[in-house]
Amino acid sequence: MANRIAGYDGVAVAVPVTVPYERFSIRGAHWFIASALKALIDGAGISKDDVDGLCVASFTLAPDSAVGLTQHLGLSPRWLDHVPMGGASGIVSLRRAARAVQAGDAEIVACIAGDTNHVDSFRLSTASFSMFAQDAVYPYGAGGPNTSFAFLTAYYMRTYGATPADFGKLCVAQRANALHYPHALFKKPLTLQEYLDARPVADPLRLFDCVMPCAGAEAFLVMSEDRARRLGLPHARLTGAIERHNAFPDDPVQHRGGWVMDRDRLYERAGIGPEDIDLLEAYDDYPVICVLQIEDLGFCGKGEGPDFIRRHTFEASGNFPFNTSGGQLSIGQAGAAGGTLGIVEAIRQLTGQTLGARVENARHALVSGFGMINFDRGLCTGAAILAAT
Amino acid sequence: MSETIKRPKRKNPILKTRAPTLPPDRRSRVALGLVRGAALGNLELQCCAACGAVQYPPREACVRCLSPELEWTVMSGRGELVSETTLHHSQELFFRERMPWRLGLVRLAEGVSLVAHLDARCGPAPSPVRVEAVLDRAGQAALVARPADGDAALADEPKLRVMTSDPRFRKVLVTDAKSPVGQAVVKAVLEAGADLVWAGHCEPWKNPPGWPAIAELPKVTLVPLDVTDTKSVNELAAELGFKVDIVINTAEHHRTFGIFGRAGVETARAEMETNCFGLLRLAQAFGPVMQSRGADGDAGAVAWVNLLSIYALSNFPQHATYSASMAAALSVAQALRSEMRVAGIRVVNIFPGPIDDEWNQLLLPPKLAPSAVARAIVGALKGSVEDVYPGDIAQDWLARFRDNPKALERELGR
Amino acid sequence: MKHSDPAPGTEILAGFTTALATGAIRIIDLTQTLGPDFPSIVMPPEIGQSRAFRMEEISRYDERGGAWYWNNLSFGEHTGTHFDAPIHWVSGRDLPNSSTDTIPVADFIAPAVVIDCSRESAADADFLLTPDLIKAWESVHGKIPPRCWVLMRTDWSKKTDPAAYQNFDEVGQHTPGPDPDAVRFLLNERDVLGFGTETIGTDAGQAAHFLPPYPCHYYMHGAGRYGLQCLTNLDLLPPTGSSLIAPPLKIQQGSGSPLRVLALVPSSQAGASRP
Repeated sequence: MANRIAGYDGVAVAVPVTVPYERFSIRGAHWFIASALKALIDGAGISKDDVDGLCVASFTLAPDSAVGLTQHLGLSPRWLDHVPMGGASGIVSLRRAARAVQAGDAEIVACIAGDTNHVDSFRLSTASFSMFAQDAVYPYGAGGPNTSFAFLTAYYMRTYGATPADFGKLCVAQRANALHYPHALFKKPLTLQEYLDARPVADPLRLFDCVMPCAGAEAFLVMSEDRARRLGLPHARLTGAIERHNAFPDDPVQHRGGWVMDRDRLYERAGIGPEDIDLLEAYDDYPVICVLQIEDLGFCGKGEGPDFIRRHTFEASGNFPFNTSGGQLSIGQAGAAGGTLGIVEAIRQLTGQTLGARVENARHALVSGFGMINFDRGLCTGAAILAAT
Repeated sequence: MSETIKRPKRKNPILKTRAPTLPPDRRSRVALGLVRGAALGNLELQCCAACGAVQYPPREACVRCLSPELEWTVMSGRGELVSETTLHHSQELFFRERMPWRLGLVRLAEGVSLVAHLDARCGPAPSPVRVEAVLDRAGQAALVARPADGDAALADEPKLRVMTSDPRFRKVLVTDAKSPVGQAVVKAVLEAGADLVWAGHCEPWKNPPGWPAIAELPKVTLVPLDVTDTKSVNELAAELGFKVDIVINTAEHHRTFGIFGRAGVETARAEMETNCFGLLRLAQAFGPVMQSRGADGDAGAVAWVNLLSIYALSNFPQHATYSASMAAALSVAQALRSEMRVAGIRVVNIFPGPIDDEWNQLLLPPKLAPSAVARAIVGALKGSVEDVYPGDIAQDWLARFRDNPKALERELGR
Repeated sequence: MKHSDPAPGTEILAGFTTALATGAIRIIDLTQTLGPDFPSIVMPPEIGQSRAFRMEEISRYDERGGAWYWNNLSFGEHTGTHFDAPIHWVSGRDLPNSSTDTIPVADFIAPAVVIDCSRESAADADFLLTPDLIKAWESVHGKIPPRCWVLMRTDWSKKTDPAAYQNFDEVGQHTPGPDPDAVRFLLNERDVLGFGTETIGTDAGQAAHFLPPYPCHYYMHGAGRYGLQCLTNLDLLPPTGSSLIAPPLKIQQGSGSPLRVLALVPSSQAGASRP
C-alpha cells in the first residue's frame, strides 16, 4: 500500500433529507429513521435494495443498534456501521461511508441520524450516558452536560474576554436564519436583550445558550460521483474530512478541540484555505463551542473569537454565513441528528435546494461536528469540506 | 460571604412532611473506591504503581501507561479552582429542591481535573482550594472544594451542611446516658448545640458518679430505656420516636472473658443481648419513623451512631465474647446503614480501642478517655464520615487489619 | 367395709371446696406480677448475673401467626416472686430431695405465720428480726408451730419505685431481714419449714457482712428448708391461721423458680390486722 494519505476523490453526497422535528413524540426512534430512509430512496428514485450500506447514529434506538434496524426495515446491506459519537457522528459517518464507496465495499450508503423524544427521554439517556459522567458529574447536580459547558464558558470568558453579548450575537443571527427555515421549532425572533435577560440555567449559561431536545431525523446518501450523475442527482463533492478524539487531554479546561491538530491536513486535502469557505455549519450545542470551532478551524487565532464575532455578521446574507438554517439552538436538537443537520444544510446550499435562507454563490462549505461530553469536555471532533459541482 | 446558620422555624403541622430525596447514587464499582476514603474523611484517588500518575475519574487502567496496577492513595486535595458555575436548574429532585447550587472545576496539583461541590467561602476562580471527599446524603462519596486555608466547618456552610449530621438545633437520643461514655456524649452533644437530649437510662438503683449532674442539665430529659427489653424500647419509640433526629446508641455490655475464661454462655448472651439485639430492637422501633423524617425541614432526622469497638473488626481473644457481640453488632449496623441510606440517614459506626473504664482496667495505656470518644462522635456528626476509629489503638489496629488481617489475627492471639 | 361411710379425706376436701365457693375460705394472692420492670437481684458485675424477666412476642394475630398470640420468656430461677430450694445454697448441695423437682410435694402446702415488722422497717431499712422480737410476737399469738412458713411482713412490696425497692447506696443494699440468731432459733427451736419475705432476698440487704454471711440462706437451705421472696399482700394475712400453696416449677435440678404463691385464709380472719 502506498505510504500516502488518500483523498476523497470521486465521493458524492446527495439527497438531503430532514424528517420534520417534533417537540415530543410517542413514536420510537425507529419511526424517524425509517421515515428518513424512505425519503432518501424516494428522493433518489431508487429502491430499498439499492441501498447496500447503512450507517446509523441514535441515542434512543436502544435496545437496538444498526443491526436491529436491518431486520426491522428489511435491509440486507453489505456494509453496516453504528456511530456513537453524538454531534460528531455525522462527519464520522460521512468519512466511513466515503471510504466504503471508494473501496467498492458499498455503492450507495444511507447515513441516517435520528432520535425520538419522549417526556423522559432526556433524563433516561443522560442516566446511561457514560461511566465518567455517572461517577464524576451527575452526582453533582445537573444531569446532562450543562455543568461541564458552564465551566467551559466561564473559563473562556475569563481567559479571553468574551462577553455574553458576543455569544448572544451568534444566537440572534442563528434565530434570524431559522425564521426562514420551515423545520425550525423556534418561530419567534430573538433580540439581544431577550438573550441577555433570559432565565439563568447554570451560570453563565442562560436559556438561549441551551438547545431544546426534540424528535426528528437528518439523512443523506453517499455514493460515487459517477453514480450520482447516472441517477441524475444534484450532489456535492467531498473534498476533505478529519476526525480526532480526546485531543489535548492535559488541558485543565477544554479551550480548544481536536480540529487544531488536523485542520491543516483538511485544507490541504481540499486544496483550499479558510478564506475560500463560503459558509460554516458548526456544531452549536452551546455558543462557546461555536467560537472554539471558528478559532480551531482557522478562521482566527485562539482567543480572537470575540473580536472575530464583533467584526462579522452571521446571517445567510452576512459576511460570514453561519448555521444558515438556524442551527440546533434555533431549530432544535433531535438527538444525534444534531450532528448531521449541518451536512444536510450544506448539501442544500451547495446544490441550490435550500428550504430557507440562501447563501449566494456558495461553492465551498465547511461542516464541523463535536460531541460526547464523557466527563468534562467533548471528546469527539470532526470536520468535512464539501464543494459544489 | 456565608451567613450564620439560623435556627430553623418550627414546622407547620398541617403541611405534608417532605419526603427524603437523594443525589444520584449510581456509581461504577471502580468509582466506589472513593467511598473507602470518604467514610474515614480522606480523599483517596488511584495512583499508578508503575508510573505514579494520579487518575480521575476512577478507572480500570492507568491513563498514562495502561498499567492495571492502580492503588487507592490518600491525597492532599490541594489544587486550583479553574472554573465555577451556579446551577439554577436541575432534573435531579435533590438538587432541584436546593437551587441555586454552586459547582467548581478544580485542577489538582497532581494534574487531574475534577468537578466538585463548591464551598461558598471559596474565592472566585482562579483561586487555591482544598478538595475533600465527603459522603453525600445518598451515602456516596462526593468531592467538595473547600477554602485552601482555615478550618471552615462544613456544617457552617448553608448549602453543604446537608452533607453533615450537625447536632445543632436537633433532638438527640442517647440510649445509655448513665455510663461514663454516655455521660460524656450527653455533654458533648449539648455543647455542639443540640436543642434537647433524651438521656436513656435503666437499672434505676444504679447511681454512678456524675449521673445526678447529668439529670440536672438543662435541655436534658431522662427517659427510661432498657435495650434488652422489647417493651421498653417500643414504648419509648411510640412516645418520642417521631421527634428523634439523631440516635446515639451508647448502650453496651462489656465483660472481659476469653472463650474458656467463663464456663457457660450466660455472660456471652448478656453481651449479645445488649450489644447486638439491643441495636436490633432500637433499629426496628426507631428506624422506620426516622426514615419518614429524613427531609423534615432543616433539622430533621439525620443520623444514627453506634458505639461499637475496634474488637468488632478482629476478635480480641482476651475479651472474646465481647468481641463477638460487637462483630455481630457491626453486621447489624451495616444492614441498618443500607436501610437508612434510602432515606438519606447516615449510620455512623465508632470503633474505639479500649476505653479508660472499669472493664479495661487491666489493659495497658494508651486508653481512650470517655470524653475523647464523645468528641469523636460529635466530630463525626459535624462532618460527613461514617466510620470512625478514635485513638491510637484503634488507628493502629485498623492499619494492621487493612494491611494484613491474618497477621493481625495472630498478633491479637498472642 | 361399709360402703356408706365416706372417707374422712373426702369430706374434708368437699368441705374445703365448698368453703372456697362460699368465701368461708378466701384466697389471697401473694405474688408480684412477672414483668420486665420488676427488680431482679443484682450481683457484683464481675460474677454471673441472674436474668431479669423478658418477654419476646412470637406472634400477635399477625403475619407471624394469624390466629394466635404467644410469647417466649426468659428469666432466672430467682426472678420475681420465687421459691428457693435447698440445693440453691452451698450448705444444701449434698442433701437429698433438695431441688425443685425432688422436694416432697407435701411441703408445697403448709401453714404460715406472719410477723409484722412494717413499722420497724419503715423506720430502719436495715431492721433485723431478732429472737427476742419473735418471742414477743409468740407471747401474743402463741408458739410458732413446727413445719410452717414464717413470713416477715415489712410492707416492702408497697415500694413500687424499683430504685426504692432495691435501696442501694455506695455500701450496698439496705433491706430488712432476719439476724443470724433469729434464723438459728427458728430452725433449732421451732423446726420451721421456711422463711418468706417481701424483699428481694430472704436475707437482709447487708447480710454479706453477717457471720455467717447470708445466714437465712445458709442455715435454712443447709437444713433442707426453703425460702420465698418478693411476696406481696402480707398485710392482708392474719398473724396465724393461713396456709400457703407454694409449689415451684418442676425444673430438672432446679435451684428455685418463679411461682404463684396463694394464701388460704379463713374469712373471719382475712384483712389487714394488727394485734
